[in-house]
Amino acid sequence: MFTGSTDQARRAAKKELEAHLSRKFNDYFDEEIPTDDSVFVRDPPLLWRYFVLPRKEGEDEAMADSDYIVSQIMAVNTKIENAYVFSSGKNMGCFKGVGYPEEIGEYFMLDRLYRAHTWTVHGRFPTNTQAWWGGAHPFGLLDTTVVHNGEVSSYGTNRWYLEMYGYACTLQTDTEVIAYAADLLMRRQRLPIEIVAKILAPPIWAAIDRMDEKEKRLMTALRMTYGPLLMNGPFAVIIGETGRMVGLTDRIRLRPLTAATRGEIFYISSEEASIRLISPHLDRVWTPRGGEPVIAEMKGYEKGYEKGHEKGYERIC
Amino acid sequence: MRSFVFPEFEIIRDEERCGSCRGCERQCAFGTHTYDPVADRLVSDDHKCAGCQRCVIFCPQKAIVVRPSPSFYRPNASWTREKIEDLKRQAETGGVLLTGCGSDKPFRIYWDHILLNASQVTNPSIDPLREPMELRTFLGRKPEMLEISREGEEVEIKTELYPNLTVETPILFSAMSFGAISYNAFKSLATAACRSGTYFNTGEGGLPREMRGEFGRCAIVQVASGRFGIDAEYLNVAQAVEIKVGQGAKPGIGGHLPGEKVSAAVAETRMIPQGTDAISPAPHHDIYSIEDLSTLIYALKEATNYEKPISVKIAAVHNFAAIASGIVRAGADIIAIDGLRGGTGAAPKAIRDNVGIPTELAISSLDRRLREEGIRNQCSIIAAGGFRSSSDVIKAIALGADAVYIGSAALIAMGCTLCQKCYTGNCNWGICTQNPRLSGRLNVEIASQRLSNLISAWSHEIREMLGGMGINALESLRGNRDHLRGVGLYEWELDVLGIKGAGE
Repeated sequence: MFTGSTDQARRAAKKELEAHLSRKFNDYFDEEIPTDDSVFVRDPPLLWRYFVLPRKEGEDEAMADSDYIVSQIMAVNTKIENAYVFSSGKNMGCFKGVGYPEEIGEYFMLDRLYRAHTWTVHGRFPTNTQAWWGGAHPFGLLDTTVVHNGEVSSYGTNRWYLEMYGYACTLQTDTEVIAYAADLLMRRQRLPIEIVAKILAPPIWAAIDRMDEKEKRLMTALRMTYGPLLMNGPFAVIIGETGRMVGLTDRIRLRPLTAATRGEIFYISSEEASIRLISPHLDRVWTPRGGEPVIAEMKGYEKGYEKGHEKGYERIC
Repeated sequence: MRSFVFPEFEIIRDEERCGSCRGCERQCAFGTHTYDPVADRLVSDDHKCAGCQRCVIFCPQKAIVVRPSPSFYRPNASWTREKIEDLKRQAETGGVLLTGCGSDKPFRIYWDHILLNASQVTNPSIDPLREPMELRTFLGRKPEMLEISREGEEVEIKTELYPNLTVETPILFSAMSFGAISYNAFKSLATAACRSGTYFNTGEGGLPREMRGEFGRCAIVQVASGRFGIDAEYLNVAQAVEIKVGQGAKPGIGGHLPGEKVSAAVAETRMIPQGTDAISPAPHHDIYSIEDLSTLIYALKEATNYEKPISVKIAAVHNFAAIASGIVRAGADIIAIDGLRGGTGAAPKAIRDNVGIPTELAISSLDRRLREEGIRNQCSIIAAGGFRSSSDVIKAIALGADAVYIGSAALIAMGCTLCQKCYTGNCNWGICTQNPRLSGRLNVEIASQRLSNLISAWSHEIREMLGGMGINALESLRGNRDHLRGVGLYEWELDVLGIKGAGE
């Protein structure tokens, strides 16, 4: 995405980005993201997509592709003025903008051009920043996306911890830290989602103190090690990944979250009304507890070590 | 030689009220009040008064007022009364001016220029009376990440965890040794620490044998340059060991406990002959480089079977952040950083009032330095030096400290009035003395209750402020400078603190 108040500024950012890309990647295909210009949206930035393969040289050769791409995204977002990467998945696309959700959907022609097994949609009243195209949800990093309703009061703490691991928070909104925390814990540190949920929204000490020795040891170790990644303040988040969707609300449930199923389809939303709008008839509707993740996995995508139903977690397959 | 110094205080006795009970005479170890049997009245010598207010509080007739003496020299912005009198005292004695307590000079107190945040609308504030509000804190090294293995229902942590101290509230009692303070004061701190889920620090005076069983579980023991009172049991009964390199009140110099204060009990605890001066050299005589410090850290880890976190306490001086970074790499699990206003039982006045940097700036620059180097989770930071209230504590946490040490605040809770005469050994409040007649005045039961009350009160206030910010666990405020704003500070000060100005 290239922002800037004039077309000239956007083109300059694009030129600079492409110079950077040509040094770090092999560009196979790029195009302007198709949009329906008959839909009125205010001040759209220049949106471009690049299909690239990493070209790692020198010290970078030892890096995993995913780490390399993440580091390049951070470099673009911090170093190139007016250029931001907001979608970086292999099989995942983020579309965002300033306007009503239906306008953005029509603008990107989502119904005509794209098909997917997992959709996450978010309409947002920007809590405490002025709306801008980069600040809209979802936040994506590689194949993980995060939408978030709420405000992270631990932002400053989460941020410094993530910065130690090379994440640069540049998009002026607190949701970014959740996306990066998910990336750090799930992709880089390979922690299972149930554990990650206990890091982001851990049980309270009074509950931990009542657990059996083994669980207590685990929860204590998690809080001790990952205290700076606790997400404080009200939130409901939906994390989307390849073949998987996770819903989580803060530990004292200051934001609502509702899950539902109908046949093979799984829904999760802040409010039941929005689920009913899409599917008036549901087989099952329930309210997950604060801090306990709802995990829905696509058939055929279950991750090896996470099979089986675990006490305390809702799992839909 | 006749002294040309004014008395510091003026004692006013209401003769109407005074019942000549001689209570004040007994209360004052400085000999300020004496009874004149002929006139059947008490007379006071202003020159001897320390201004500790003991006689005022304990006069049953409320007949005494002690106030600063109004005498003055011709007003002079450069030659203040303090400067003139200090000079006169040195002309009369030829010695170094001694003092006690933390610096009383008007260096900027940054706590009073920092304001806290609160939630409005978008982020609900949390009511600590209805919702959990968690202050539990772990002090020590944290692993980079946890490796977890799973077999069906079984979840196992494969990463080896480092030993950590667990505190229920981020307030610990600072190092104050038995010898510097009385046995009763020392035991009061230990009792309160155990009762309040926190720790006391033995200082460098050892831990009396009879206290080890009961109070070891809430003790941090110190290893200082004098190496007093150290044996294997001392290190192992405690929960953490602290190597004292420096002290905020007197960076760069050692300590000196005069022989008069080395009573039989102090001598036994310190493992030195009774009545001999206990001298802590300025440097550790086996530490002349960072490698030497690392050797001592690992020697202590070996001695305690790697089961206890090792803390290194340094004074905040100009380049301390770089030094602290080296200390973390040398193996320390906790860095205790003592700022300009840190207290002392005795220090040369010139050092106390002129060496070091303020704690607030030190916390921020140390936290930032360790974060930039990516080693912030390899150690915890305990900040010390002039914490006066719960709001100072919570601001310190938001600036990046993991917990704080309180010294002066704890002493004040027990009765201290910061009269700065600690070095005389005549503490009328029974705190900073080895005179059994004086130390007996401090009742362990009552003093420890006052200390526990203080911890409880501050913890409640911290929970209130935390809830107001929409945060329900202290770890989410640590280093979270977004919740701080500065008022009346220069740009460079805001930069060092890493905070924005109010309204920004």
